[in-house]
Amino acid sequence: MDVIEIKNNQKIKRAEIPVTDFENFTKKIISYDVRVVNLFAKKENGQNRLYCIFANDKEKRLFLTTTYVGGSYPSLTLKKPCLQMFERVIYEEENILPEGHPFLKPVRKQDGNNYEFLKSHDLQTHEVAVGPVHAGIIEPGHFRFLCNGERVNHLEIQLGFQHRGVESLMKKRPSIQLAESICGDSTIAHSMAYARAMESLSNIDVTHREKLIRLIALEMERMAIHVGDIGAVAGDVAYQMAANILGVTRTLVINTMLELSGSRFGKGLMKLGGVNYDIDDVIREKILKMLDEVNDRTDKTVKAMFGHATVVSRLENTGVVGKKRAREIGLVGMAARACGEEFDARIYDDYSNFEITTLKTGDVYARTYLRYLEIKKSTTLIKNMLAELDGEFSKQRYTLNLEPDSFVFSILEGWRGEICHCVMTDSNSFIDTYKIKDASFNNWFGLALAVRNNQISDFPVCNKSFNLSYCGFDL
Amino acid sequence: MFETLKTQVLQKNQLIKDIRTATPKDRFRGLPSIDPEKCPDWKQLQQNCPAKAMLDDYKIDLGKCTLCGECEHLCKDGGIKFGKNHKIGASDRNDLIVNGEINPIKASEAIKKYFGKSLKLRQVSAGGCNSCEMELNACSNANFDMGRYGIDFVASPRHADGVVITGPITKNMAKALEDTFEACSEPRIIILVGACAISGGVFQNSEELDRSFLEKHKVDLYIPGCPAHPLTIINAILDLIGAK
Repeated sequence: MDVIEIKNNQKIKRAEIPVTDFENFTKKIISYDVRVVNLFAKKENGQNRLYCIFANDKEKRLFLTTTYVGGSYPSLTLKKPCLQMFERVIYEEENILPEGHPFLKPVRKQDGNNYEFLKSHDLQTHEVAVGPVHAGIIEPGHFRFLCNGERVNHLEIQLGFQHRGVESLMKKRPSIQLAESICGDSTIAHSMAYARAMESLSNIDVTHREKLIRLIALEMERMAIHVGDIGAVAGDVAYQMAANILGVTRTLVINTMLELSGSRFGKGLMKLGGVNYDIDDVIREKILKMLDEVNDRTDKTVKAMFGHATVVSRLENTGVVGKKRAREIGLVGMAARACGEEFDARIYDDYSNFEITTLKTGDVYARTYLRYLEIKKSTTLIKNMLAELDGEFSKQRYTLNLEPDSFVFSILEGWRGEICHCVMTDSNSFIDTYKIKDASFNNWFGLALAVRNNQISDFPVCNKSFNLSYCGFDL
Repeated sequence: MFETLKTQVLQKNQLIKDIRTATPKDRFRGLPSIDPEKCPDWKQLQQNCPAKAMLDDYKIDLGKCTLCGECEHLCKDGGIKFGKNHKIGASDRNDLIVNGEINPIKASEAIKKYFGKSLKLRQVSAGGCNSCEMELNACSNANFDMGRYGIDFVASPRHADGVVITGPITKNMAKALEDTFEACSEPRIIILVGACAISGGVFQNSEELDRSFLEKHKVDLYIPGCPAHPLTIINAILDLIGAK
């Protein structure tokens, strides 16, 4: 056996994980039909072992395979470009060289100014450097544009400024609060992925009611961000009306989140074994009222915004990523669905009858309008789940009691895209591997490609349409 | 055009009229109070605290506390309560060590004189998780409208009267933070927003931090929370500049 099928949030024993030779490993993961969800390396008994989790989304199946490599191996990026970032991380963290990797640059480690950006020798080309500190209230990252006049020929994005060492802290002192701070705009998503992984490893069951409350919170988080981001895109094309209205419409969603969890971002909601706060009749009514109001305001604003020729002309055909390119570079989540890719990790989750929504054009318009469609979808999902909400709310509190020598993989769809937490325990039940992947990990490269051949003044609107996380990437 | 105007009219006015008296919604976790007699298992609670914010003398250090409420849930006799008081900013680090009450922010005459009517700030995220950043953005939206007091965030440190720092200050951001601060002309102030910025928060023990900036410079205002609520932020800044 060279591959094992794994289920979302279901632990397996590490002894069950198969090992195959490198050639077969490569064959398994580079096939066009499979999507590599995570690839990482781990030192085991003095040997380097590569772990790869891949998905066959059409059949809704997840697989795991591993292989041993020496101090180097032929880079897989040449065969499957979407692996480029995974291999850079493997090189940086475990010092295993992917031979022939086209741009083996630092990911999160920075020692002085040794990052070498791509240079152009063309005298017509000039460089524009932006960051790490940007003009707005936003996280740090460095952007280096190569431009010919107004046109962007190339964009290179250097990250790592936010690196806080989350994965190593997770191994020493795992906590919900740490998971909540991986990426603050995806608080619910990351804390939920953490809690599910830990519950599986500790044999804790979550009641049906609490599973639904988690999903309701996740959909509320999605709504809040999408409402705010449509507003932010509007602001970037100077359509201030929508920017203002949607900015305060987002407040309605997050204030309801505060009434549920005590925090506008849902911090403090998740606990090991469920949630800290129940949705009683009062909160249920508040959520329903909020949904009606948010939908009413969003419908009207979006109708006005997308009916406005000056707005639409800035969004259409701007920052295009085609479907083929999206597959090549491994785009995930909302950005991939805007190009027509049918990826949505919600198919691996507890939703009943989930159908994927996609758009085709892959431009800023699609990435913005898809958010509106997702708001509508989340509204329906929340209403259905609120109607379904019954059964016990458990007040029991659990502590971590991890099974030794186990492996668990947790995937869920945050608002940006898939969020994966992969945890392994050693023979003493300590966590010896904690691998986090935010959707931003896949999608930053998509942004770099989206702005090619666009005007540099369209960069902000391209950036907002993706709205990627710096800290979710830097960890 | 008509569609835009119609939408704008239907929207009505969303402004919070009085920031000074407005309060966050119910269930908000603000200033904590502790009844030592009802906390027999304090030692246990201290160990469980993810931010190590619970001190030996039955006080909570808001500079570290993420207001997660874990101790409130765990304390069986209800000895710990997070109250509704959201005005938890402080001008002195020691004032953040609290039980039930907090010292008011002291506005210095100099700050009042220079910045009382106009304060332009440059924000630097130094490892922040984007929740404090989003709340700082929210301070300027049509609900909170901090600009009405002459307090704004500006794009360039050259235009700024000080920096607002979020995040635990990573090694990779230490130099950029120092550079940004140096680019602000004097007199200039420093405001820390969020538990991460004040103490490192849940990242206190990370090896990837470099907090030497805070040893070199005096901090003028501490605004705790995880993230800090916009009402907490605006009220604290108003107190600092001596506004009514």
